[in-house]
Amino acid sequence: MVSRSVPTRDAVLAVLDTVMDPEVPVLTVRELGIIRDVSVAASGVVTVTVTPTYSGCPAIRTIEDDIIAALDRAGFGGAEVVTAFAPAWTTDWIEPAAREKLRAYGIAPPGMVEAGALVQLTRARVAPSCPYCGSPDTEIRSEFGSTACKSLCYCRTCCQPFEEFKAH
Amino acid sequence: MTAPSVVGAPPDKPNALVELLLRLGDDRLVLGHRLGEWCGHGPILEEDIATSNVALDLLGQATMFLHLAGEIEGKGRDEDALAYFREVVEFRNCQLVELPNGDFGFTIARQFLFDVYAVVTLDALSRGSHADVAAISAKALKEATYHLRHSAEWMLKLGDGTDESHRRVQSALDALWRFTPELFVMDDVDREMLAAGVGMDLEQLRHEWDRVVRDVVAEATLTLPHDVVRPAGARGGRTGAHTEHLGHMLAEMQIVARSHPGATW
Repeated sequence: MVSRSVPTRDAVLAVLDTVMDPEVPVLTVRELGIIRDVSVAASGVVTVTVTPTYSGCPAIRTIEDDIIAALDRAGFGGAEVVTAFAPAWTTDWIEPAAREKLRAYGIAPPGMVEAGALVQLTRARVAPSCPYCGSPDTEIRSEFGSTACKSLCYCRTCCQPFEEFKAH
Repeated sequence: MTAPSVVGAPPDKPNALVELLLRLGDDRLVLGHRLGEWCGHGPILEEDIATSNVALDLLGQATMFLHLAGEIEGKGRDEDALAYFREVVEFRNCQLVELPNGDFGFTIARQFLFDVYAVVTLDALSRGSHADVAAISAKALKEATYHLRHSAEWMLKLGDGTDESHRRVQSALDALWRFTPELFVMDDVDREMLAAGVGMDLEQLRHEWDRVVRDVVAEATLTLPHDVVRPAGARGGRTGAHTEHLGHMLAEMQIVARSHPGATW
């Protein structure tokens, strides 16, 4: 049923706090930093502005559908999701508490994005600490992992492969 | 193929902004499709995943550029209509990206030459005056930067690797070199867009591209091929003149959409 009452912005945000990222299901879409704006029209129609993580992230359509479905279930039917490309998404928007959730889930959280030269050739970046045993004795096996946002790493202490959420 | 023209009617002047967006979108659509052909065939699992990841990024960027092109064109074509229902002569990608994958060394060398081009051009476009073009370019630039890190590292590994890998990547570079001058040809579209503050000065950017390419090629112990002089007035992919390879690629890319128009799953 489509509710005709006008929801508050906080009520909409509370619903968004229940929508998880489909590929990293320990983070909500807000924690991931992709919700850029929420507005409620006088008519009660909710508009959520989302920015994609990576251009080719195949989860973006699922995320939009999940947001609309969650709002619908909460009685805020007919919501719209609009896409904004600027400012470009960055992992710097992921808060410390959410980073801790990533680590607990077994994904090394991203470091801060470094503003380097336009064309940088040497990979100077340090491999992340192991999310399982905390050891810094790790290596980056590949910058490309199971999803666009993750790299593949290996811990030499506990001999466990793990993923890192890349700084982007 | 040219459409039959009505005597006395003024020729349709293409919208320069739409043309620019088609060039940007088609470069990425075609290269993204080529890289996708490696899926399941990569030399090692990590590279299979890497090329597929880069392909996804490029297809995502193509979606954004082509969507905007369709919107500005105003003929009701979305990114899918532009990707699947245009003919080969309507594609605006450079010839470099449509070449068949060859071996892994060829794919990496092609990718490297394109990635440097993408980084220098997107950087210029991200500072342009058209808000949407600048926003998409800024987003794509972040991805192009790590694509380049990946392809440049492989240039070093292959060039400064074994005799076999060196030989293969050198012959790839030699074969690809004659497709690079096209990237920097300024035509009416580019000049109009540059004057409008939207586009880029390709002749200027060529110096930046040259510098990076030369540095990496030298570091990889490879030899830069001799400069090729592009014949004046030569036509290329930007105006719809393609190698024989693009038609074959499009046949494969477009067949499902054309056989089952409007299909969903």
